[in-house]
Amino acid sequence: MSKYVLWRVLHAIPALLGVTVIIFVSLRIMPGDPVSIMFGTQATKIRPEDRAKIEADLGLSAPLTVQYITWLKDIGTGKLGKSFWRGDTVVDLIVQRGPLTVEIAVMAIILSWVVGIPVGILSALRQNSALDYLARFFTVLFLAIPGFWLGAMIVLVLLLWWDYAPPLGVINIWDDPAKNLQLALGPAVVLGLAVSAYIARMTRSSLLEIIREDYIRTARAKGLREQAVVLKHALRNASLPIITLSGVLFGFLLSGTVVVEQAFNVPGLGKAMVEAFVMLDYAVIQNLVLLYSVVFIVINLLIDVSYAWLDPRIRYV
Amino acid sequence: MAQHSDVQLEPRVVFRPGALERGEVLGIASFVRRFPAGCIGAVILLIVTFCALAAPLVTVHDPTQVKLRERKEIPSWSHPLGTDYEGRDILTRIIYGGRVSLAVSVLSVLLGTTVGALWGVASAYIGGRFDMHSQRLLEIFMSFPPLVLAMLLVIGLGAGLWAVVIAIGITRLPFGVRVVRSVALSVKELAYVESARAIGASNLRIMVLYIAPQCLAAYLVLATAQLGVAIVIEASLGFLGVGIPPPTPTWGNMMGGAVANVLIPHWPLVVFPGLTITLVVLAFNFFGDAIRDVFDPKLRGSYSLTMRT
Repeated sequence: MSKYVLWRVLHAIPALLGVTVIIFVSLRIMPGDPVSIMFGTQATKIRPEDRAKIEADLGLSAPLTVQYITWLKDIGTGKLGKSFWRGDTVVDLIVQRGPLTVEIAVMAIILSWVVGIPVGILSALRQNSALDYLARFFTVLFLAIPGFWLGAMIVLVLLLWWDYAPPLGVINIWDDPAKNLQLALGPAVVLGLAVSAYIARMTRSSLLEIIREDYIRTARAKGLREQAVVLKHALRNASLPIITLSGVLFGFLLSGTVVVEQAFNVPGLGKAMVEAFVMLDYAVIQNLVLLYSVVFIVINLLIDVSYAWLDPRIRYV
Repeated sequence: MAQHSDVQLEPRVVFRPGALERGEVLGIASFVRRFPAGCIGAVILLIVTFCALAAPLVTVHDPTQVKLRERKEIPSWSHPLGTDYEGRDILTRIIYGGRVSLAVSVLSVLLGTTVGALWGVASAYIGGRFDMHSQRLLEIFMSFPPLVLAMLLVIGLGAGLWAVVIAIGITRLPFGVRVVRSVALSVKELAYVESARAIGASNLRIMVLYIAPQCLAAYLVLATAQLGVAIVIEASLGFLGVGIPPPTPTWGNMMGGAVANVLIPHWPLVVFPGLTITLVVLAFNFFGDAIRDVFDPKLRGSYSLTMRT
C-alpha cells in the first residue's frame, strides 16, 4: 500500500511539469501581444522603444525557454508576479480571494454528499416507488440545468422580487459570518445540488447493480439484517464507482466555482481568473490556472489512494 | 432482467419489454413504445436541429442587426421572447445560436470521445509501457479542471469556432480513454477473452472483436452524455466571455453579456437562453438514456449470461 502511495505521488510530478508546459505554451502562442491589449486602441501610438521597454519590464523579451525557467523559479520562491492592470501581486490576490472560493467548494462538497448519497440509496432500495421517481426527476433536472443559469436566475429573482442584492466586496467568514454567508451560500447551494445529482444517480445505479450480485443473496440468505446487507456489503462495493466519479466531480466543482462566482458576482478566485482571462493578464492566468490544477492533482491523488485502500485489486504497481 | 441461458443456441422470438433481442431490428414504432422519454428527447433535438439549420426560414428577424429603437423589449407578438440591449430579437438569436452550440457540441464529442475510446481499448489491452505512457500523457490533461483547460486552450488557439471545438474536444478526450479503458480492463480479464487467446486469436482481433464490442455501450452512453456536457462547456465559455465573441450569437454569450457589467439584467436575456440550454441538455440526456437501454448488454441479458457461464 505504501509502495502504491509512493508510486502515485511520484507520478504526480511529471503531470505537474506537463501542466506548467501546457499553460506556458498556450499563453505564449496566443495571438495578440499583451502590450496591445494593455493599451487597447492607444497601442498603435506607442513608440517602438517604449514598447520594447514595457515588454522588458513584463519579462516578455527574454527567450521563451528563459521565460519558462524563470517562471518555474518564481513558483519555487513564491514570487508569482503582478497583475499588469490590477497593480497587486498574484499572491495578494490568492490570499484575499482564495478563502471565499475554498469555503464555497467545501460547503458544496458537504452538501452534495449529504444530499446525494442518501437519495441514491433510498432510490435504489425503493426502486420504481414514488420516492424513486421523485428523486430521479430532480436528479435528471439538476443534471441538465447549468449552474451559471440557476445562479443567474436566483440572483435575478432576488433582485426583481425582493430587491435584494448580496453584499459587495470580499467578506471573510472570520470578519462577518452573516454577510459572508450571504456571499457564499448561493454559489455553494447551486454547486452542491448539481454535484449531488451526479452522486445520487451514480449511487443508485451502482447499488442496483451490486444488489443483484450473488454475494448479496448469500448475505441475505444467511440472515443478515437488511441494514447490514446494504450498508456493509453492498455499499462498500457500490462506493467504488462513486469514488472514481468524485475525482471527475471535483474537476466539475472547480470549474463550477468559476462560472457560479461569475453568475452570483461573488469576488472569489474564480471570478478573478475570469477577469484575468478577459483581460489576457498573463501573470494572473498562468498562476491561477496552475493553482487550480495543483489543487485538482492533490485531490485526485487522495481519491486514488482511498480507492486503492478500499479495493486491494487496484494496488498493482 | 431477462434471464438468458441459451442465447447462442437458438434465435429468440419471445418479446420482453425493454430488452432488445439478438438480431432484432428496433423500429421507430417500438422505440416510441419502449422509450417515451428518449423519444421526447429525440423530438426536441430534431426540432432544435431543424430550426438551427433552417434559421433564415424560421425567423423573420436578423440575428445581428442593431435596432436601438426596439432595445430591451419584453416578450410581445412581434418579438416572442423580447429583444436584447441592441434591439435584436432574442428568439432569432437563440435559433441562430443553436447553430453554433450544436455544431460545437457534436464536433467536439466526435473529436474527443471517439479518439479517446479507441485509445482506451488499445491502452487497456496492450498495457505495459504503452498504457503507462498514455496514462501519463492524459494525466496532464486530466490535471486541469475541464472548464479551466478549455478556457486556457481557447485563449491559446485564438477564440473562434474551431478553437472552441478543439479545446472542448481535448477536455473530453481523457474521459473517453478513462471510461472505455476501465471497461476494457475488466472485460480483458473475463474467461471468454482468455479462451479467445487460447485458441490463437491475434491481439488486433481480440481488441476489435472481443473487447471493443463490450465497450460500445459505454462509448455510446458516454458520447451521448458528453454531447450535453459539451453544450454546457460551450455555453459556460460564452457566459464567461472567453468563447465565441459576441456579434455571433451563442446561448452562453447572450447570457454573459446580460449578466456582466449591468446592475439589473434584462430578464428575458437570462431566462430564455438558459432555458434553451437546459431543454437541450435534458433532451440529450433522455435520448442518451434510451440509447443506453437499447445497446447496453447488461440490460439485454447477454451480460448476465457471461457472468453466469
